[in-house]
Amino acid sequence: MTIAAMIGKPGKPIPGTTLFDGEAARKGYALNAMCYSFNEAANRQAFLADEEGYCARYRLTPGQRRAVAERDVLGMIAAGGNIYYLAKLAGIFGLNVQDVGAMQTGMSVAAFKQMLLDQA
Amino acid sequence: MAEVVGAYFTSHVPSIGGAIHRGAQDDPYWKPFFDGFPRVHEWLAEMKPDVAVTFSNDHGLNFFLDKMPTFAVGAAEEYHNADEGWGLPVYTSMKGHPALSWHVIEQLVADEFDPVTCQEMLVDHALSIPFELAWPGADQWPVRVVPIGINTVQHPLPSARRCLALGRSVHRALQSWQGAERIVIIGTGGLSHQLDGERAGFMNREYDTFCMDKLAAEPDALTRDSIHEIVRQAGTQGVEVLNWIAARGALGPSAREIHRNYHIPISNTAGATMLLEPA
Ligand SMILES: [Fe+2]
Repeated sequence: MTIAAMIGKPGKPIPGTTLFDGEAARKGYALNAMCYSFNEAANRQAFLADEEGYCARYRLTPGQRRAVAERDVLGMIAAGGNIYYLAKLAGIFGLNVQDVGAMQTGMSVAAFKQMLLDQA
Repeated sequence: MAEVVGAYFTSHVPSIGGAIHRGAQDDPYWKPFFDGFPRVHEWLAEMKPDVAVTFSNDHGLNFFLDKMPTFAVGAAEEYHNADEGWGLPVYTSMKGHPALSWHVIEQLVADEFDPVTCQEMLVDHALSIPFELAWPGADQWPVRVVPIGINTVQHPLPSARRCLALGRSVHRALQSWQGAERIVIIGTGGLSHQLDGERAGFMNREYDTFCMDKLAAEPDALTRDSIHEIVRQAGTQGVEVLNWIAARGALGPSAREIHRNYHIPISNTAGATMLLEPA
């Protein structure tokens, strides 16, 4: 996609972008709260030991639970996840922001990294 | 009289911390970014600031969505970093300057800004990495800090105009402060980047260049766009440029650029570093 297509037109929706606003923050509260808990190493361990139980404890919605189970980042965002909190979940799986970028754009990690380098 | 010696701006991408930790500054991938710093070190050695008034955003270490302040001013004796979820080494703590923090808070509220005040506040990579970059290898920081947080996470965000005005109010506070401190203003984050959505990986050199070109002499030009249009141009996380805009306000009415470095990419981000002096 060209940069002009990625920017879009003033006043119109921003291509490929969801603003994390009040509506998203309400919808995503449980998921983001769970991810925020991952600041503590013990909570990361607890999630790894019993993912189902840990998600249940934070009362994830069925859509949030499904997105987490499927490691579906766009699904998590659609369910109200905010990327700063989701990054803590990604860290548990050893994924960095290039891995997460690749997952969201449908590119391989190598292709995503190359796309970043190509903007130099 | 306290003196505002200048302003230092830089990106704060977490992986910069990793590169520092591994000693990877001279790797071909990282060198173009770290090459922007010898000039910063020289300048800081010359200016010898002993206080830093900083503008940055929290990334889910100190603030969660249960209570999300639009503007927050730290007024603590000390600020600690902590595990941000990735189990990385914890950064060196910072000493605060609570008397100056309260003086800034008084001015902000008198000017009809109404910040949250924090006598306890964790600081995340948004502050620690710019400090690591500025004073590499220091076992304690040469500056005490007055940290000011801006919400760049949960919309609605404060407008660019509001952030510039906030910075200008902070400048008024510094002007009336009776101490003898040498104060550096620090703005962190950006420039263009987007971590989330189908547009992940988006950067925008043209918009970043516009921001850097206008920052010193024409900062009001950066307030022409709504938050929505800034996100369009800079990316969902590139909106951290709000920290730069507020910091520019705190520097004072006129300024000149003395240093600039810009490199795409560091991680998913357009890395940028600038120094401005009062003019
Ligand atoms: Fe950031």
